[in-house]
Amino acid sequence: MNWQSVRPGEIDVEKQEEKQYLLDNPRNVTLLLRVFYAVCGLLFVLDFIFHRHATYDWEQLPGFYAIFGFVAFVLLVVVAKLMRKLLMRREDYYDVDE
Amino acid sequence: MWMSELPPFVPFFLAALLALVTRGPLRMALMVAAPLLGGLHLWFDVPVGTQLVVSLLEYDLMLMRADKLSLLFGYIFHIAAFILVIYTLHLRDTLQHVAGLVYAGSALGAVFAGDLITLFIFWELLVTSSVFLIWARRNVRASRAGMRYLVFQVSSGVLLLAGALIHYRYTGSLAFDFIGLENPGGWLILLAFGIKCAFPFLHNWLTDAYPESTPTGAAVLSVFTTKVAVYTLARGFPGTDLLIYIGAVMTCFPIFYAVIENDLRRVLSYSLINQLGFMVCGIGIGTALALNGAVAHAFSHILYKALLFMSMGAILYRVGNINASDLGGLYKSMPKTALFCIVGAASISALPLFSGFVSKSLVMSALLQEGHTVVWLMLLFASAGVLHHAGIKVPYFGFFAHDSGIRTQEAPRNMLLAMGIAAVLCILIGIQPQYLYALLPWEVDYWPYDTTHVLAQLQLLFFAALAFVWMEIKGYAPPELHAVNIDAEWLYRKLLPNRARRIYHVARDVSQTSAAAFYRTTNAFEQAVMKTRFGRFHLAGAWPTGSMVLWIAVILGAYLLVDAIH
Repeated sequence: MNWQSVRPGEIDVEKQEEKQYLLDNPRNVTLLLRVFYAVCGLLFVLDFIFHRHATYDWEQLPGFYAIFGFVAFVLLVVVAKLMRKLLMRREDYYDVDE
Repeated sequence: MWMSELPPFVPFFLAALLALVTRGPLRMALMVAAPLLGGLHLWFDVPVGTQLVVSLLEYDLMLMRADKLSLLFGYIFHIAAFILVIYTLHLRDTLQHVAGLVYAGSALGAVFAGDLITLFIFWELLVTSSVFLIWARRNVRASRAGMRYLVFQVSSGVLLLAGALIHYRYTGSLAFDFIGLENPGGWLILLAFGIKCAFPFLHNWLTDAYPESTPTGAAVLSVFTTKVAVYTLARGFPGTDLLIYIGAVMTCFPIFYAVIENDLRRVLSYSLINQLGFMVCGIGIGTALALNGAVAHAFSHILYKALLFMSMGAILYRVGNINASDLGGLYKSMPKTALFCIVGAASISALPLFSGFVSKSLVMSALLQEGHTVVWLMLLFASAGVLHHAGIKVPYFGFFAHDSGIRTQEAPRNMLLAMGIAAVLCILIGIQPQYLYALLPWEVDYWPYDTTHVLAQLQLLFFAALAFVWMEIKGYAPPELHAVNIDAEWLYRKLLPNRARRIYHVARDVSQTSAAAFYRTTNAFEQAVMKTRFGRFHLAGAWPTGSMVLWIAVILGAYLLVDAIH
């Protein structure tokens, strides 16, 4: 008998006990994402229907906030990833000398 | 009920004393009673204008000065203390219970202090009590982080005292009102407040020590220290232009660190600085709208930031780990904690109907009114950034993302109750902001829920979230890695120690070679002297009576000479 054959039992127990959770089902995730995309689309369209009070002309551009949010977010992540090259050290970086 | 002049810190200090000698249900009852009764007393019995002055050694300490500004912070500190006491009830740790109560009491003492000396006393009490919430983790990392925390905070206290004395020389008053930057004392005091408020380059005590504190300690710490600093800035330096730019930098730089940080409580610490930035900015603008925005944001921020720290503390308590790279899928075993965390995340992201929205809008509107376009754009960028680290990263990597396989229990009931109260308050402030607005110190007619604000904010947040989804699906999102990211602390944890070590080595070598050369020379000189006729009067080596007598005669002679001249 292979000694490992004792251990797969744990996995079997887990499979029996583990129930299906909400996001384990890929269909639920897809549904969630589709609703999210729909809301994004709706919000963009609303810009053409409602009038936003704006302090500056460029703030009045349709989709200003939507585009700003998207670009700001991407920029943030891209710059942060670049910062990693410069700033990232091993986890025990400070512990070595102290 | 009671005399209205009872300073609000008294019930907390009393409860702390009694907590030392009680245990079990009795201590729990005492701990809950202190913020509850104290808060009710403050709400019902203490009108605006209440003052209490105590004379101590011919000096008048104003222990209590209740106006709308100090009362607002008094209310929120009581609410937060009440929630946090419930959150820590499961602990069997006298140190943390006592330190927590003294800490909350000191924060109230500082907020109601009417003069700079009283403020200084509570400023120091805040430090000495709060550091025990870090040391209570009882490991080496925490004790070292606690020492660094102490160095920063004590320096802040020293600067405050020095600044107060210089300010007194120039103005002849120690009253804690508008201070400004007219004299050097004002600059020192601003620096003291700035350390506590985590100004850029003075901020590392926060991101260093808070994540090393106990699971419950970080939530407690997140409430008081920095918000006392916001209060003191709002009282001492409203309308100081410099603060607008400091605040803008504070909103922007921490979010980059938060994106790449792995420890979720450190992510929240960076996010804490980002939120302080909005308040500091509002104080810098100094109009009624902006100042209201700053203090209102402090009010709602205390609740949602404590809520986020509490939910991360619950994970740490149950799982023993708070690294984003190792967590995920926890919503399966901790669904209620996950829900509360999402409420906190929605609030900090300033989603309409949550508390962050109704307070942040005030600051943003004030910036537009005063024409600070660039700063406004920076804060708008930071608002989208908040969504990344606090709004999405914290709940997503903690509770969802890829299932880590960790299965644990839901948080203890007292933790759930505390998080539940905070979550309800976040939503309540969000949907009924008029109650918060009514408490604000300055008269302003403002309503955040109009088409412009709601639509703009929703677009900003949803499209930022869309960017997250897009990058997550495409795999552009930065992976969560076990790593340390260098921040300003590198200066004093790496550069200076290394330099100091090098200087020490060089100095040691120099002193050794020069000492050797010195002894060579003196030995040669000594031998030369010994060969002359005076050699027999030398004192070292043997002790001949003759030389003793000679030297005593010399000393007596010198003494007489000095006496005669005198």
